[in-house]
Amino acid sequence: MAKRVGIEVSIAIAEAAKLANVDVVASYPITPQTHIVEHLAQLVADGDLDAAYIPVESEHSAMSACLGASAVGARTFTATAGQGLELMHEVLYIASSMRLPIVMAVANRALSAPLSVWGDHSDAMAVRDTGWIQIFTENGQEVVDNVLCAFRIAEDQRVLLPVMIHLDGFHLSHMVEPIFLPEPAEVDKFIPPYQHPFPLNPDKPVTMGGFGPPDIYSEAKKAQEVNLTAAKEVILQCWNDFGSLFGRYYHPLECYHSQDARVLLLTMGSFSETAMTAIDTMRREGKNVGLIKLRLWRPFPFKEIRQAVKNAEVLIVLDRALSFGGPGGPVCSEIRSALYNEDKKPKVISFIGGLGGRDITSVGFEEIINRGIEISQTGSEQEFEMFGVRE
Amino acid sequence: MTKPEGMLTWKDLQIGSIVTEPGSASQYQTGDWRSQRPIYDSSKCIKCGICYIFCPEGCIEQNDEGYFEANLFYCKGCGICARECWTQAVTMVEEEE
Amino acid sequence: MEKYAIFVPRLVTKKEIFAPGHRACIGCGEALAVRLACKSLGRNSIIVNATGCMEVISSQLPHTSWRVPWIHTLFENTAAVASGVEAGLKVMTRKGRRPAQDINVVAMAGDGGTSDIGLQALSGALERGHNFLYICFDNEAYMNTGIQRSSATPFGASTTTSPAGKVSIGQVTWKKNMPAIAAAHDIPYLATACPSYPFDLMAKVAKGVATDLMAKVAKGVATPGPAYIHILSTCPTGWRFAPDLAIRIGRLAVETGIFPLYEVEDGRYKLTFDLPKMRPVTDYLKIQGRFRHLSEETLEEIQHRVDKEYAKLTEKAA
Repeated sequence: MAKRVGIEVSIAIAEAAKLANVDVVASYPITPQTHIVEHLAQLVADGDLDAAYIPVESEHSAMSACLGASAVGARTFTATAGQGLELMHEVLYIASSMRLPIVMAVANRALSAPLSVWGDHSDAMAVRDTGWIQIFTENGQEVVDNVLCAFRIAEDQRVLLPVMIHLDGFHLSHMVEPIFLPEPAEVDKFIPPYQHPFPLNPDKPVTMGGFGPPDIYSEAKKAQEVNLTAAKEVILQCWNDFGSLFGRYYHPLECYHSQDARVLLLTMGSFSETAMTAIDTMRREGKNVGLIKLRLWRPFPFKEIRQAVKNAEVLIVLDRALSFGGPGGPVCSEIRSALYNEDKKPKVISFIGGLGGRDITSVGFEEIINRGIEISQTGSEQEFEMFGVRE
Repeated sequence: MTKPEGMLTWKDLQIGSIVTEPGSASQYQTGDWRSQRPIYDSSKCIKCGICYIFCPEGCIEQNDEGYFEANLFYCKGCGICARECWTQAVTMVEEEE
Repeated sequence: MEKYAIFVPRLVTKKEIFAPGHRACIGCGEALAVRLACKSLGRNSIIVNATGCMEVISSQLPHTSWRVPWIHTLFENTAAVASGVEAGLKVMTRKGRRPAQDINVVAMAGDGGTSDIGLQALSGALERGHNFLYICFDNEAYMNTGIQRSSATPFGASTTTSPAGKVSIGQVTWKKNMPAIAAAHDIPYLATACPSYPFDLMAKVAKGVATDLMAKVAKGVATPGPAYIHILSTCPTGWRFAPDLAIRIGRLAVETGIFPLYEVEDGRYKLTFDLPKMRPVTDYLKIQGRFRHLSEETLEEIQHRVDKEYAKLTEKAA
């Protein structure tokens, strides 16, 4: 029977990696994920986790070491945040295009400058195109559950792609929450052993990472894209199986009072919990509002988004990252693009908020929704609005 | 790979563009590159193998009698074997074609 | 010196792990160095290769010149990827997911990928003490991209980014001493080698991968660990000399003291090659196009410096 413990989310992530019996952990400290790699170090030092713990000298080397370990067939895990994620940027593309099922927890952190250790999604948005499966999480239980799912999804022979689990830095990573930690035997049943089809092995020599001249590169990229898109089926199946075993079901997005709502708010990450309170308050006041919580970021859930918003008149997207000089909200841009060809679609309004760890209270969300309704009626000269910035 | 490179479809590629046939590049005829070729005089060859050791292509082979000779399918005509041969059993001549 | 007196080609395996048909330049000293190193590495090896000449000429999709497991990812992370390979193999063996097997984990990179962009990863891997061999194939510039200078380019050499010109002699800094940097990490074994001395090179590579084997033989008393080998790879294209001189020029580099051959075993220096009187550096410099522009004065400066460095080395080896 799974035990429910009060545990810091970072520590719980390390415990999840231990439950998954990872083989190799590449570790480099960066706020606010450091507790993850610290706890993993302690687990290894105490013999509670039999893994090779590689304290590398930078995040670039952390992901690189993961490449090597995964290529020989070892189950591999690492964690990073913000600048660290950026430093390993080029290596991320390698992991996905070379089809190495590395699992990484990212404690989303704002990007410098100015230096900020606090949470927002700018680091995640900067790696949209890297070809990883990416899942956002809302609370500690979701993080733990999805770290476990990540190994199973990544290593599935139909997928063999790396998976990023995004959790808000500090707002999730440092929270002590009540979390059900599954039993090791249950996890062993859920996650089969990792078998790369062509590992580096002298008994069957293969060459990984050849260079692609122009007449091959496009074909290689198409193969990669087809595979990432097809991974969605495996993700849905995995979440379904997880639900049957553990009682908690996950979906590409969660709808909260959205079926009949005229006005919808869309959030990602821990803001979703706060936003729910705002929705509750506003509905008690008779306002017809609802919430969409986006969980599956890559591969993008086109079908589910289009289905969820088709009856709404206004969709307000709250981005926790800013794409400078462009349409503003990265998530909003993608959603607008997904809806563009639909006959019936809501007006999509873009808000940016919560940057660099700035909090948004449930009252703040009410203000965003009200302002979003206003903009949908009067229009706006701006492409997007930044919420909560002192003028 | 049986198809020429320019005709491979995305489905033909192995996962992650991994190449599973070791040494498959050995079908590439680097011998086309050369502008001069080595001529081996077996009467001077002492079968020491130094040409074999120093060939960057690794294309010098020992025939049934034990004399060394370059495999012209690969030989790029660098002339190292001629230069290093202790008994000067190898001379470089202009490639006719 | 007695190593070279007896020539026994029968002792060299005929297997070519690095298959002919690769696209190296005509007379490439680096391809020869790789080929010879592979003779010592054998089939039970996993090679981690940096972006560079050897990677590009051997792995054009959809083919490969490699007959052992081989992985290339990026330019600067060779030692980090090798660390992951080594750690992965170790833990999988320990957990019973792989049979216990003596596998040589070998990192191969050029001078740019080692002493410039790859230095951090190399330093980290050496410090962590991974059981692997790192080979730097030094052709003294970024040759693959067209002869740009690196920190391994020797003083006075003309490259495209340190060209000899009206107000410059070319490279104005002295070659970074990578073996000394490796030695500063207190690793069990490091050496310099040159394919012009093929049996010495092969013996050193064999020693480099034996650090684990020797430890196994000693039942874990000796600590296995990293080994570093720095191989001078003569480059006809970049150094500008006729391809057939690739071996001779390598010999001259050693005989002039410009590229001394030595080993450092557990901190003890051992010269592999020494002459009572070394050749003058001009024997080596004057026959390469990249040095052709140098004045007598600069040549003297180089001679002076080489003498000084060589004296320092011989003192360490005494």
